[in-house]
Amino acid sequence: MSDPSGGPLLPAEFADLEPFARRWCLATEPARYAERLNSTMADMEAFYDAAFGRVRDAMAYLDRFPLQELSATQENLLHLVYSLIMVSLPVEVWHQPRVIDSGTAYFDRYLEPAP
Amino acid sequence: MAHAGKPAEASWTGRYPDLGTGLVSYEDSISPEFYELEREAIFKRAWLNVGRVEQLPRKGSFFTKNLDVAKTAVIIARDMDGRVRAFHNVCRHRGNKLVWENTPKHETSGVCRQFMCRYHGWRYGLDGQLKFVLQEEEFFDFDKADFPLVSVHCEVWEGFIFINLADEPSQTLPEFLGPMVRGLEGYPFHLVTERYAYKADLLSNWKIYLDAFQEYYHASVLHSQQQVPSLRSFESGFKAPYYQTDGPHRLVSTGGWKGVPRHLLPRDQMYPIEPNIEAGLMGPWQRPDIPELDPANLPAGLNPGGLDPWSISNFQIFPNFVILVYERGWYLTYQYWPTSHNTHSWEMSYYFPQSQNASERIRHELTAVISKEAGLQDAGTLDGTQMGLESRVIDRYPLSDQEITVRHLHKVTENWVQSYLRAEKAVRA
Repeated sequence: MSDPSGGPLLPAEFADLEPFARRWCLATEPARYAERLNSTMADMEAFYDAAFGRVRDAMAYLDRFPLQELSATQENLLHLVYSLIMVSLPVEVWHQPRVIDSGTAYFDRYLEPAP
Repeated sequence: MAHAGKPAEASWTGRYPDLGTGLVSYEDSISPEFYELEREAIFKRAWLNVGRVEQLPRKGSFFTKNLDVAKTAVIIARDMDGRVRAFHNVCRHRGNKLVWENTPKHETSGVCRQFMCRYHGWRYGLDGQLKFVLQEEEFFDFDKADFPLVSVHCEVWEGFIFINLADEPSQTLPEFLGPMVRGLEGYPFHLVTERYAYKADLLSNWKIYLDAFQEYYHASVLHSQQQVPSLRSFESGFKAPYYQTDGPHRLVSTGGWKGVPRHLLPRDQMYPIEPNIEAGLMGPWQRPDIPELDPANLPAGLNPGGLDPWSISNFQIFPNFVILVYERGWYLTYQYWPTSHNTHSWEMSYYFPQSQNASERIRHELTAVISKEAGLQDAGTLDGTQMGLESRVIDRYPLSDQEITVRHLHKVTENWVQSYLRAEKAVRA
């Protein structure tokens, strides 16, 4: 999460998602997965309900800019979409933070593209 | 022998009479003694994939790889001529591990012109030649040319880097891979390089996890949640429509659930996130706009069963390397590195074409997240299976026709160990 000025974390067009930005603008999958495991279903459902209908808008907005030249707030928005993906499976499929029947398994994503 | 009530031609297992159809022992996955044999018979003799050429982008690029199973570690480097080379990661002076970071157990990567030992400062070129010895004049009858790094056989196939720890491999890499795996030749791996890589330490024998990913009999039960609730059933199974073996390697191809590719299912048979982002377990809905990934231009060996529709071909390359190629223009790899008879270190990488915009990157992310969660379910069974097998309450287990791949892996493993033991006996005789 980038917060250089103390101002809004997201582009003005997505001000409605600002209440979720501080918690869910996370740059890496391990950070997003950890936040998911630390969250209640109510936390994730609130975020999902607010953000799910804005995903297409976010994709269309971000596609106007070169992927490698996104501003800090644009990159935050991208990370917020990644987090929406991260919570969508608990909300839509598992109805719990952990994957059902995953036992003790834990996969560490140690390499991923940026952003 | 064909299964009762099933015509012989309908049995995949029946096409390979050497495999038999009898009960199977997994003693090979619970015995410390057998593991010691595998280390010699398999991991010091087979060609092993250790990475891809994209990990060595320029002259001087290198990475290290620990091979606990062979009680060694290697350095893979691109030399000043651009050639990919492999060396044991051991200094010729006093046996210190040459290249490492943080601790000798950590793997590392980077770019350099020479490797310098942290102990006494001996330096080696990227070609393995010893270049500098501190106070060389104090050594006796000493010629640096006599002390290069110990090289390891190293070959590149379709951008995949393989090593072979034998003094003299009994087969070249193309011979070892054989025609079925070489059917992948021509797939544009070099255009599919956006990588998401994972590691896990798992509490089972390496073959038990290979087994979990090489049959689809488990799919409708363990992964029942891949279907929306209205479609879930523990009564109707899933069957992959094509199986093949070639030497020690195996192939399974799938054509989608009930023959329908995931992205063509009615919307009410998907989870909401899939149509919202237009991607899912099988990849982004839209195939990349890359001519080389158009099915018409793909190598015929990718889908040797000629399935239509075709979704995935799962190449199981002996002993511990897997490539799954997806029809939607991406692929993944698994590597299983034994660390003891009942533990292994596992690696997974997803590869997509480089994202041209945020939407493509977001679609890759959704595929990577959903696919990983399916993998977590597969991994979730492992310690339970290992515990059950180690109880030795049962010594023989049945396998169905579509678990031919499981049968084949354990048979090939046994064959390699027996062949090694015969050769050892012949040498001693």
